[in-house]
Amino acid sequence: MDPRRKRKLRLFVALSAAVLLAGALVYTSFSASTQAKQPSDLLAGAEQGRSYELTGKVVKDSVDKDGDRLTFRIRDRDGRESLPVTYAGVVPDPFREGREVIVSGQLEQGTFVAERDSLITKCPSKFTEDEQST
Amino acid sequence: MAGLGSACLLVGLLTAVYAVCASLHGARSGSRAAVVSGRRAIYCVAGLMVTATVVLQSAFLRSDFSFKLVAEGSSTDTPTFYKFTAMWATQDGSLLLWALLMSLFASAVLFATRRSLRDIAPYATAVLGGIAGFFLLLMVGWENPFTTLAVAPVEGAGLNPLLRHPAMMIHPPMLYTGYVGFAIPFAFAIGALIVRQTGADWIRATRRFALIAWTFLGAGIMLGALWSYSELGWGGYWAWDPVENASLMPWLIGTAFIHSIMVQEKRGMLKVWNVSLIVSTFVLALLGTFLVRSGILDSIHAFGASTIGKQFLVFIAVVIMGSLALIVSRLDDLRSEAKLDSLMSREAFFLVNNLVLVGLCVVIFWGTFFPLISEALSGDEASVGPPWFNRVTTPLALVLVALAAIGPMVPWRRASRSGLVRSLRLPVAVAAITLVALLALTDSADSPLALVMFCFVALVLAVVVQELARGTAARRTITGDPWPRALGQLISRNRRRYGGYLVHAGIAILFLGVAASSAFQEQRDVRLSPGQSFEAGGYDITYVRPTAEVGRDSAGTGAPITFGAVLRARRGDEVQTLRPSRNYYPSQSSEAGPIGRFFEGEATSEVDVRWGLRRDLWAAVRPDIAELEPAIREADAKFAGSRDDVQAIVIAAIVERYREDAPPATFRAIDSPLVSWIWIGGAIMILGALIAIWPSPQTRLRRVTSVYAARLGKELSQA
Amino acid sequence: MEYVLAVILLAVLVAAVVLRPLVWGVGDDTAGSASREELEAAKEAKYREIRDAQLDLEMGKLSEDDYRAVDRELRAEAIEILKGLDALEGKSPEA
Repeated sequence: MDPRRKRKLRLFVALSAAVLLAGALVYTSFSASTQAKQPSDLLAGAEQGRSYELTGKVVKDSVDKDGDRLTFRIRDRDGRESLPVTYAGVVPDPFREGREVIVSGQLEQGTFVAERDSLITKCPSKFTEDEQST
Repeated sequence: MAGLGSACLLVGLLTAVYAVCASLHGARSGSRAAVVSGRRAIYCVAGLMVTATVVLQSAFLRSDFSFKLVAEGSSTDTPTFYKFTAMWATQDGSLLLWALLMSLFASAVLFATRRSLRDIAPYATAVLGGIAGFFLLLMVGWENPFTTLAVAPVEGAGLNPLLRHPAMMIHPPMLYTGYVGFAIPFAFAIGALIVRQTGADWIRATRRFALIAWTFLGAGIMLGALWSYSELGWGGYWAWDPVENASLMPWLIGTAFIHSIMVQEKRGMLKVWNVSLIVSTFVLALLGTFLVRSGILDSIHAFGASTIGKQFLVFIAVVIMGSLALIVSRLDDLRSEAKLDSLMSREAFFLVNNLVLVGLCVVIFWGTFFPLISEALSGDEASVGPPWFNRVTTPLALVLVALAAIGPMVPWRRASRSGLVRSLRLPVAVAAITLVALLALTDSADSPLALVMFCFVALVLAVVVQELARGTAARRTITGDPWPRALGQLISRNRRRYGGYLVHAGIAILFLGVAASSAFQEQRDVRLSPGQSFEAGGYDITYVRPTAEVGRDSAGTGAPITFGAVLRARRGDEVQTLRPSRNYYPSQSSEAGPIGRFFEGEATSEVDVRWGLRRDLWAAVRPDIAELEPAIREADAKFAGSRDDVQAIVIAAIVERYREDAPPATFRAIDSPLVSWIWIGGAIMILGALIAIWPSPQTRLRRVTSVYAARLGKELSQA
Repeated sequence: MEYVLAVILLAVLVAAVVLRPLVWGVGDDTAGSASREELEAAKEAKYREIRDAQLDLEMGKLSEDDYRAVDRELRAEAIEILKGLDALEGKSPEA
């Protein structure tokens, strides 16, 4: 084969491999992703049995501990609508009422049942100001 | 003193602008005086930044709360060690750190190249001045670290307890040094493009800086992982958090860069690729700084919304578009001087390694920015979690480790089949024996991917040992030196090559730890009363007794109250005692009572790890202090007006109550095999990189013998 | 007040350092040696390549034939650089 055709062929093979891999990347990421929702979004309509990522603020005086099971309510970042959450697993150190948290799980009969260890708390650097503002 | 600090910033900004103008003028008009003046301006910026940093640090050490930054990030009861680190826990302070490191690096490289690269250096000076100027502008215009408070508070808020860990002393500066270091090769690449001198000169002049940046960034990432493992209460070292990813991405592209510049140095190929890589590395480094500070992605590092996100985006856009336009306009000058002779050549393997590294970076980029991408594409904000990252990165990591073994064995230009077989015979045999031994002696067949990784790791290590042995043997036949001396000579005469091999060995060992600990770790979460036991991995663990202490935090973070537990772990005859605990920091909230505030503030896990070469036993505790609440309420009501020392006695009594009658506490225990090898591998990597960076002693020697060498060269040419 | 004074003081200091070469000139300290240093660097890199190829041969990563071809080419390039250095030395007495 003459070298120029060989180079072209090589380029073609490389490009199609790249396109294929990119396609695989897009496909796997969309099928593996979980949608991030605020409580009001889920209240407006959530598919049963589908995983969501719930974000929002922990409602004041809603945190209750029963053994290693934690229950609390999460409300919209800038709103009043809220959802009850039950959670088990490790609670991050900065977890507090009024803090912004992210938790993954499913909605079951009006309660958000979180996956084990899925709780993430956003870490405020000016944490004292944050506490006063709640 | 704050005035002096602010003045340093303003004068620094003006000086940086002057550096840009003078260098550009000098480069265009050919005026040496202007070029030298521009260079001196960069030195001045460095001096001003050092002064500003000293002013700020001394304010932290003196606890001068008239500085807003000090009042927010430090307090009189913050231990001195952490007062020193508090500067970079804040956004403004870390901008100053950026500018400081940036100007020091720029001064070092401009000093080193003051007599060479006459055409490129002035433009590089202008680029470096521009970058420094941007950060100074951010501080002067929006985020002045020297902002003062009209009324200085009596006490500061204190450093976030989570950041009170020894690794935090060096983790952020190391990351920043890495980020900043990549600005140097970037600036020289831009300079080289502008003057159309696209040979290997700029690479030779800045290669060492790229390596230094790479080493610091790598070390910073390792320390971040170590911090996560030994300070955060979840027990992992890597969470695919956006900010972790943001530091990994420039490191990956930087890795690709330091590999592919060898191809340009040796063969004059891949020029467009190399400038693109260094531009991408620098842009990703900026992006890393931006991500920590912007809060656009959900992250444990997202320290609230920032005021300078827009400015960063504009700057990044300018860097990308300017570089792209420059590269496109210089495509003719960036033609390869040679062609790829064969796919079985070192060049081709470097290219494949580059593609895998860039692919890895693209994947991580996609996953990190997926929330933004999916929102743009489908309108729903969605994200991908660690399982997705693990799934897509594992195959790429496997290929990478395999390449780290085979690549160095392949000669430049063209490999002969027989030579390759001869080189790889022994290492492949070692890998095969490893496979058989693992299958026969362990249950590693449960995780095929980990098993494959173990074999590749064995391959890399065998290759490195074989290379060292062969090289030493070859030297011995020439010099007749004894083995150790021959080995030492071999390495010191070929630092780049053998330093590089050592880095390969280190990364292989690191992946050994990653594969083993992620595939075979066993984790248990339990809730126990004192006296009860549970099993985790091969350990039988008993909650012996609770601990409760006032003012005796063993980690030295300055926490007034510590609750914890004593655990006894038994595995066969081996008995170990672990003391995980949890530190409680007083709340500054006005709502909390005088006693209650000591229990209701921040709390952080103090993890206890029994490090071992074969396995780590990791334990964390979360005491349940809810039962103390009635007592705390009562004390708040009774002793609200009491003197401090009386309140202290009351607090001690409440704490004592926990020790005497503790409710069940929640524990997490992890039995994690070979995890220590991650840190050992990382250390070996850094050692290898240092060997490669260290200037070879022959540089000096050869200058003396240059006339002789010239004659020798001529004689050789006649023969 | 402190701020204004500090700005003026620092600005004067910086100006003194920065404007010096413009006022007093840079002299001829670096003339000629620039390209010399570049050639030296190129020479060193070329030497490293020659030694690298030698090491590859010793380690069996390069066949005898290939090595000879590579080595000949590298040495020819090295000699070009040495010639350049010699030419420079002939012109500039300070070297």
